[in-house]
Amino acid sequence: MIMTIAMRELRSMFLSPLAWSVLAVTQLIIAWSFFTQIDFFFSIQQQLTTMPNPPGVTDLVVMPTYEIASIILLMVTPLLTMRLISEERRNGSMALLLSSPVSMTQIVLGKFVGIVIFMLILVGMISLMPLSLMMGSTLDLGKLAAGAFALFMLLAAFSAAGLFLSSLTVNPVVAAVSSFGLLLLLWIINSNSGDNGENLLSQLSILAHFAPMLRGLINSADVAYFVLFIVTFLVLTIRQMDSQRLQA
Amino acid sequence: MSSQALISVNNLVRYYGDVCAVSNISFELNAGDILGFLGPNGAGKSTTMRMLCGTLAPTEGEIRINGVDLLDKPGAAKAALGYLPETPPLYREMCVDEYLRYCAKLRRIEKSQIDDAMELAKQRCGLNDVSRRLIGNLSKGYQQRVGIAQAILHSPEVIILDEPTVGLDPIQIREIRELITELGTSHGIILSTHILPEVESVCNRVQIINEGTLVYASGMDALQEQKNTNRYEIALRQPPAMDDMLAVPCIDQIEPLAADRFIVQINSSAEELASAAVNNHWGLHKLVAQEHTLEQIFVNLTLGENVNT
Repeated sequence: MIMTIAMRELRSMFLSPLAWSVLAVTQLIIAWSFFTQIDFFFSIQQQLTTMPNPPGVTDLVVMPTYEIASIILLMVTPLLTMRLISEERRNGSMALLLSSPVSMTQIVLGKFVGIVIFMLILVGMISLMPLSLMMGSTLDLGKLAAGAFALFMLLAAFSAAGLFLSSLTVNPVVAAVSSFGLLLLLWIINSNSGDNGENLLSQLSILAHFAPMLRGLINSADVAYFVLFIVTFLVLTIRQMDSQRLQA
Repeated sequence: MSSQALISVNNLVRYYGDVCAVSNISFELNAGDILGFLGPNGAGKSTTMRMLCGTLAPTEGEIRINGVDLLDKPGAAKAALGYLPETPPLYREMCVDEYLRYCAKLRRIEKSQIDDAMELAKQRCGLNDVSRRLIGNLSKGYQQRVGIAQAILHSPEVIILDEPTVGLDPIQIREIRELITELGTSHGIILSTHILPEVESVCNRVQIINEGTLVYASGMDALQEQKNTNRYEIALRQPPAMDDMLAVPCIDQIEPLAADRFIVQINSSAEELASAAVNNHWGLHKLVAQEHTLEQIFVNLTLGENVNT
């Protein structure tokens, strides 16, 4: 039942121009920055050969590409998640789900899985660019996988937060603006905390958990942070939808 | 058919903040019933229907669908339910077939039976010609039909239709009424509408809700009996004096409406009244039974007066 809802969600995304334009625009910008990175790599190649333990093409091209992607998608994800629940409530199509023999958990998970599959496609398409370097060079596939995994976890977390904010309002634009605000706040929350990585704010920060993974360091604490982040927002969404049945 | 009621509602209460939308409603629906649910705008019709379908949680009270408690086991209870809300729950970007297939899966129809169920629903709602069209491009009437198709797709025991004939043309309205009558033989149907003749032609029970409370509930046959009234409006060309009219044995009471028009209450049949009028040369040219039509009951109840019987 979760997959039924997820596949419809995914299908609807591709039936509207939204998914296509998001894929096209992100792909274009990321491709541009990818070329700049390659250009930069060529320009410093001479100096690299003189270094005793030089960073490879994976560190200098692939990882920055994922980093740029993460920032672009911080802005784009709210546009994808904004209509997940708010639009259904606005159109009245939520009544179909609510009067069907499916639980609230199944509805929320279905929507989440739908958007996550879309994110998987997005990560796959972004990863094609670094992978194309394999035609002329050797890549550290372990690091590449870590980067793709990090980006995927990040996008899943973004989606869960966006889904929750979409359940709070019937206005998609409000949902988009508030999810963007929340994500940006969580992204920069530790920027004024100095180097002390132990304080609470940096524990909350998405960036503090994403950056090590992007360097190829998959730490179980960081993975746990993303999993907890996702579960928290999904539970909040389910609770919110249940309480709407009581109040609305 | 089981003896158990398809829907039983007990002391249903619903508040929106401090506003009481529905207060203490109780009723039952049996198989073969087509219940017309009437009430002025804002009386609580849609709120009640939404609670029956589980899209809105009641503040207090109990709802059993097919014997299963809707609040305890929503999954099992909702499986026996088909619901058409006020605005049909459609996805504009999907085509009719896609949409119905999705609904079929949501309603847990067996994979092997989905095609048959879709065929039947489309045929019943006259959707065969638009199977491949996008729902967003269909006219309001067709969208309404898709909404109805969605509600009857899994042939649920209980079908709840919130104003099903809105936006349909007269031919379609007739078809939908026929469909509802046909479905009513094997299912329990609750129908809300503002069109009173629709209730009279389709339903076998009627309920009127006003300001959140149930003010009238009756079978359609009881309503028909009430129509056999003993009050008649007559118009006379040569009206006699009131006392002369009262002297006629069959007349109990007279209320003058105008110089030549009266409401008379009689104790025997209308024929006797007519022959008395003819024999006395009153110049009778109009004789109309004062029926308790549904409309009259509706207006009396919702304007806060009592039905005069």
